[in-house]
Amino acid sequence: MTFDRLLFGDNQFFGINHMSEEKARAQAMRFQDLSSIIEVLDAAYDEGVRTFMCTTHDRIGDICDHMRAQPAKYQDFRFYPCMPYAHKYANAVTDHGMLGALLHFMPDDGVFKTAFKGATSLAGKDIDGMFRILIDAEMKMFQGLNTPIIFLQNVIVDLLLGMGMGHVLGVFHDHIRDKYNVEAGFITMNMPLLYQVLTEQGVENPIICSNINKIGFRTCGGLDEYVETLRTGKLRAIAMSIFASGAIPPREAIEWLSTLPNLEAIVFGASSRRNIVSTRDLVNEYLGPEG
Amino acid sequence: MKNTDNKKMVRLGVVGLGKMGISHFSIANAHPQTEVTICDASGYMIDIVGKYSSRPTFKDYDEMLDQDVLDAVIIATPSRMHAPMVRKALEKGLHVFCEKPFCLDWRDAEELTALASEKGLVSQVGYHYRYVGAFQEMKRIIDSGALGDITHVLAEAYGPVVLRPKGTTWRTNSTEGGGCLYDYAAHPINLLNWYFGEPSGASGTVLNSIFSADTDDEVYSTLSWDSGLSAHLSVNWSDESYRKMSTKITMTGTNGRLSADRQECQLYLRTPSETLPDYNAGWNVRYTTDLTEEVGFYLRGEEYSAQIDDFIAAIIAGQGETTNSFVSATETDKTISMLISDRDQAPTRSRATPVVTKKRSWFGR
Repeated sequence: MTFDRLLFGDNQFFGINHMSEEKARAQAMRFQDLSSIIEVLDAAYDEGVRTFMCTTHDRIGDICDHMRAQPAKYQDFRFYPCMPYAHKYANAVTDHGMLGALLHFMPDDGVFKTAFKGATSLAGKDIDGMFRILIDAEMKMFQGLNTPIIFLQNVIVDLLLGMGMGHVLGVFHDHIRDKYNVEAGFITMNMPLLYQVLTEQGVENPIICSNINKIGFRTCGGLDEYVETLRTGKLRAIAMSIFASGAIPPREAIEWLSTLPNLEAIVFGASSRRNIVSTRDLVNEYLGPEG
Repeated sequence: MKNTDNKKMVRLGVVGLGKMGISHFSIANAHPQTEVTICDASGYMIDIVGKYSSRPTFKDYDEMLDQDVLDAVIIATPSRMHAPMVRKALEKGLHVFCEKPFCLDWRDAEELTALASEKGLVSQVGYHYRYVGAFQEMKRIIDSGALGDITHVLAEAYGPVVLRPKGTTWRTNSTEGGGCLYDYAAHPINLLNWYFGEPSGASGTVLNSIFSADTDDEVYSTLSWDSGLSAHLSVNWSDESYRKMSTKITMTGTNGRLSADRQECQLYLRTPSETLPDYNAGWNVRYTTDLTEEVGFYLRGEEYSAQIDDFIAAIIAGQGETTNSFVSATETDKTISMLISDRDQAPTRSRATPVVTKKRSWFGR
């Protein structure tokens, strides 16, 4: 498949700013009404930025409802869901303990939860099955919408990566392909290492989204290693944090990206039509028109 | 991913696969100079992790220690278990990284500090804020003396942990080292200890429950040092307006004002200082993107990886002191116990009689 070159991110809508807590709060205030988020998404859509890469945050559910209600208007709109919204799980661990937190997010209706609780033997613990159920629970809000790529968030990808549990990344990949008939993607802060592990797991030509920026902000394993992986690896790379939270001026950031080999797409966030247009135009200027 | 060029490897046991232990395991296991063994008393976690990760597993801590397969341990069990587990590890001659808070009884903390030092072992406690670039920059600025005499500090931490009355785990039980004081307030207190040492007094301490049945959800106190410095501590883990834990330190000195949080460090200087040549008069802002040092493996913030990297480096180098040694964590345990003791004393009900000098009349002179 081909995917759009410019992807619209969601950090700005949820008070996430890696530069300043004050700015993050101001954004959280500005976007507390759904209508103000929709207004920016509509502006992006009008300007040809049709893909929204978003966390499976509860509020995204409201955006999904809005899109579902107007299928004609949003027929070309695409979601790239990124799961899970990690703070939801982290807070649940404080309330219920590790195992309790996992069970807390499982649907009550299945026999699985009961079976899992009751299982005491190793053989009885169907971890792959549990993982698939959690994926399905996260995907519920996107029912009936276009989700060509479904991502696993970096906090889980990197946790599994460090633990040496690459197998579970393979389970995610296969479940997304088999059940949803779309592609699986992986977000990471350790791109070269992830590429190596996914290759070992037999995931071919993986879709990997990671920080790629001129100053090497959060490019773990080293920026040189990143560029080398782009040059020699067989992967579909997506760059995020391209402005390093504002530390790199936009023109300089995008000019540098245009020198990289094998970059498929760029994720960016913006709070106004003006910024969407200026980023889009810079990308067209340096990377040539899309298509 | 592991090194192959005969570098020294540290055989590391990660004990307790809870929220912190899982994260420590992932980070430690990704380190090129470790061979990690995991240990957790709950069969569930060991089965799940053991099934997919190739690392050796133990359900029994003593059994793991008896096998003599380790050089060091990371203890990430519920807080009340820290002291006995750390003691056993030190007695076995193992280097120890312990999650915070270190010990619930500061006398244990002192004993264990002495034991680690006597045996020449590396000790560390997981106060990861000391590895956050902006708080490190704050330390550098304070130590430069550029702020002049620092008279007052505001140490804050807020976040959304306990937002409604509900069931209990050890984290919500104060006798097990749960509660906002041990979980949240320990961090800004530890930063105050790092910057200014142990306070000599605490007053006006409030440890109040908002939603929790058994423990505190908000912590307020005034700390004082012999130098005349005072600090207000303001911590609340039942504040939903914050997306996640947010810690901020602000201080005022005779030559300016300094504040830092995880994202940035802001300094207002009245006059420039020769000891801080990279800062100008007026406002100066340094962002996390400038202040953060890259780590080899990233999971949830550079600081979590950097503290483990430091621990492993200290073991390999054969040095006993780390930024967050037992010595410094003991200061925090003692400060925490000072707060509890202050809370237990009744607030004063007496009123001062003002000393009023009678104004003499013009004609009376």
